[in-house]
Amino acid sequence: MDKQTILLDKLAYNETVNCVQCGYCLPSCPTYATFGKETHSPRGRINLVKMAAEGRISLDDLAGPMDVCLGCRACEPACPTNVQYGKILESAIDVLTEQRRRKQSLKEKAMKKLIFDYMIPNKNVLHFIGSGLQLYQTLKIDDFSRKIGFTNILPEPMRQFEKITPKVNVKKRKHSAIQPDTSPRFRIGFFVGCIMDTFFKRINDLSMKLLAAAGCEVVLIAEQTCCGALHHHSGEKEKAISLAKHNIEAFEKYQFDYVVNSIGGCGAAMVEYHLLFDEADRWYPRAELFSDKCKDISFILDQLELPFKMEIQKTVTYQPSCHLKNVQKVEKEPVRLIEKIPGISYIPHKNMNMCCGSAGIYNIVHFEESMEILNLKMENISKIKPEIIITTNPGCHLQMLLGVEREGLRDEIRAVHLVELLAEACDIS
Amino acid sequence: MATITEECLRNIEAIIVNKKRILQRREDLFSYSFDASFGTHLPELVLQPISTDEVVGVVKLANLYKIPLYPRGRGTSLSGGPLPVNGGIVLDFSLWKDKLIIDPDDSIAVVSPGVLTADINAKANEFGFMYPPDPSSAHVSTIGGNLAENSGGPRGLKYGVTKDYVIGLEVVTPEGEIIRTGGRTIKNVTGYDLTKLIVGSEGTLGIITEAILKLIPKPIATKTALVLFDDLVDSGHAISRILSSGILPSKMEIMDQACIIAVEEYKPLGLPTDVEAILLIELDGHPYSIEEEMKKVKSTCLAVGAREVIVAENDEEANELWKARKLVSPAIVKIKPTKISEDATVPRSKIPDMFKKLKEIKETHDINLVVFGHAGDGNLHPNIIADQRDTEEMKRVELAVEEIFKAAIELGGTLSGEHGIGIMKSPFMEMELGTKGLEMMKRIKMAWDPNNILNPGKVFPEPGQRLVLHNG
Repeated sequence: MDKQTILLDKLAYNETVNCVQCGYCLPSCPTYATFGKETHSPRGRINLVKMAAEGRISLDDLAGPMDVCLGCRACEPACPTNVQYGKILESAIDVLTEQRRRKQSLKEKAMKKLIFDYMIPNKNVLHFIGSGLQLYQTLKIDDFSRKIGFTNILPEPMRQFEKITPKVNVKKRKHSAIQPDTSPRFRIGFFVGCIMDTFFKRINDLSMKLLAAAGCEVVLIAEQTCCGALHHHSGEKEKAISLAKHNIEAFEKYQFDYVVNSIGGCGAAMVEYHLLFDEADRWYPRAELFSDKCKDISFILDQLELPFKMEIQKTVTYQPSCHLKNVQKVEKEPVRLIEKIPGISYIPHKNMNMCCGSAGIYNIVHFEESMEILNLKMENISKIKPEIIITTNPGCHLQMLLGVEREGLRDEIRAVHLVELLAEACDIS
Repeated sequence: MATITEECLRNIEAIIVNKKRILQRREDLFSYSFDASFGTHLPELVLQPISTDEVVGVVKLANLYKIPLYPRGRGTSLSGGPLPVNGGIVLDFSLWKDKLIIDPDDSIAVVSPGVLTADINAKANEFGFMYPPDPSSAHVSTIGGNLAENSGGPRGLKYGVTKDYVIGLEVVTPEGEIIRTGGRTIKNVTGYDLTKLIVGSEGTLGIITEAILKLIPKPIATKTALVLFDDLVDSGHAISRILSSGILPSKMEIMDQACIIAVEEYKPLGLPTDVEAILLIELDGHPYSIEEEMKKVKSTCLAVGAREVIVAENDEEANELWKARKLVSPAIVKIKPTKISEDATVPRSKIPDMFKKLKEIKETHDINLVVFGHAGDGNLHPNIIADQRDTEEMKRVELAVEEIFKAAIELGGTLSGEHGIGIMKSPFMEMELGTKGLEMMKRIKMAWDPNNILNPGKVFPEPGQRLVLHNG
């Protein structure tokens, strides 16, 4: 096969042909709003992937617009003809990563391998890093991103992140299972995630306690590993597949009703594990079974009774995790849970479904672009003057902390995970 | 093709000082090479003006260097309106949205060209008014594009289309002069009605830089019914009977059997697939009067042979009923990916004849053709579903589309109810207007735009031009 035929094969060309270019995705796209040009819209990007597949533009022409896509996938629910944007984006990232890899030096390859193969999936390493240093700095993502062609980052973003990075708790957990007081409604395997369990370990602990308080048996298995989302979104598909296999195998051994997490992004990666394999692959049905069992905590709690004990007399708004809403399709459950909290006053903010600009490691590698999106978000949030911003994903949580800090509203607005607020209302700590 | 010289570019940079609004990278040019119709046409440059002065400067420069200018809103055109078919410069107006003023005392809105159509209506609603034109892309499309194409939507049946709500414009002429047409009054008969001439001229006679729009009081309530028909012809009769019974619904939308089957196969809603047509009827007005009117609509439909009339009791139920209509687009592209949406329109009384013609065309050319559209105003929207990679099939589709146009005109109708002519329908203009009719239009164009700067290659056919449906 010649080079162009290979490209046509590797890029999701057939998916691009399904786009009728109606433009209904434009209002949903955060980068279309901030860049203000068609080049950075979903329709524009789909067209560029198609043009690259047909050999009408080069991969270098394609790289810029694809790199600054958040991957929030808000364009998918907006599409009247169900174009699979996620697939198109991933195919482009894979092809671009492949091209960059060929240009990389041995040292750069080693650095990337160190980060993605050893650091992110390895909890001990993460804990070690988390205990003394700032994760993002230590991962040398700045060096790494510069080397693989991402936008340079300046010391400024690092200074800003330092201000908001939560205190890390490196104490090991003692328990491995929590039993409810009555016979369990569901038997749940809990997924902790790696970044979540480093920076927001407390939220994981509260999640498990909440599930137990709502009548579930919660088991924490040691065999679990990183979900692989960051690898997949960075074009490291092989590593993502190997992590997926590891998790599938680990959880298969137990008879869980559900595998539950409190991390919008990780959950999204896991509900799409089967898409990492060909349908003919023997892993496909195993992955599909696993994916079906993976649920966000709000999906489970929404079906159960929570033992509320306290009133929370606060005005709150909700910043949905894009991957929770657009990929896991969990949209109403968190809102219903918020509204159940005694005393709460819930006000949605304008364009609440628009991404906050966190998007995995986007706010690190594309700091300025991310801050423009965050500014739009904070403008809409500030208008309704909430006392609390509720999130459902650690990335969004950090970004909201950053937004509040940048607006100088630290004393007026708290940013919390939904689980924290529910736990507070149930007097669980 | 004109080329933009270094000197010309320097002059442009003096007019549009912010270089972020001058796009010349390859990926940018490709991103402005298409709209929602067919074809890829690369511009040489894309500019994003945000003031009348910038537009005047660019238009004067374009006349000096003889560079074609292609105004564009957000590129939702289904007829090829903004495509830069002769290269040149695309003027992207989507960033120019600073003005959206509602003046309740004069019942008008004053807007910049890049404001979204749906935002005008939403803002008018806050004052108890509405801006009725509702193209289905209103949440994406700009008012500038709507004005240029004279867009309409489902509410056209009762409220008319864009032109019925424009009372004044600020326009930059093709030679770069600023004129104002009409004004802030409903009545205005001073001189030629240039406002109406500019609206729907598809960017060939001037660039609209500001518009004054008429608003009307927002109806208090709406009520929706879904009606099932065993026989398509009966649905046609129902439409005529309702409209001649003293009731003017705000919407009357039809779905044919092929649509219903496609929807049920895509996301089952429990619609019966053995009916030939579904009518969705929406009434608006005072709750008491639409309650009474709905009773009459129901009995009228049943009297002409409707199988069942389902009336929504509240807004939630109404949304459920409209779901069927909303699912048509995603459902039919499951059959094949390429959707050719036509908007040939016939007089209301000819709807059954048009349906018969469409059936013949579908069979003769062996194509996937479904009909879902604004039945009440004869704007039927036959949609052909094909695969643009299948060149043989696309040839058949091109022939079928030609025949749809012919059929509509033979039945006393028109090529376009609301999408505009652009490049998609220009080869058929003479068929509807006649040689002299088309020539009079051309004379206007030549008088206004002697250098043929504004949107050249549109509306008027090039010699020998034929319909082409592919993205080459």
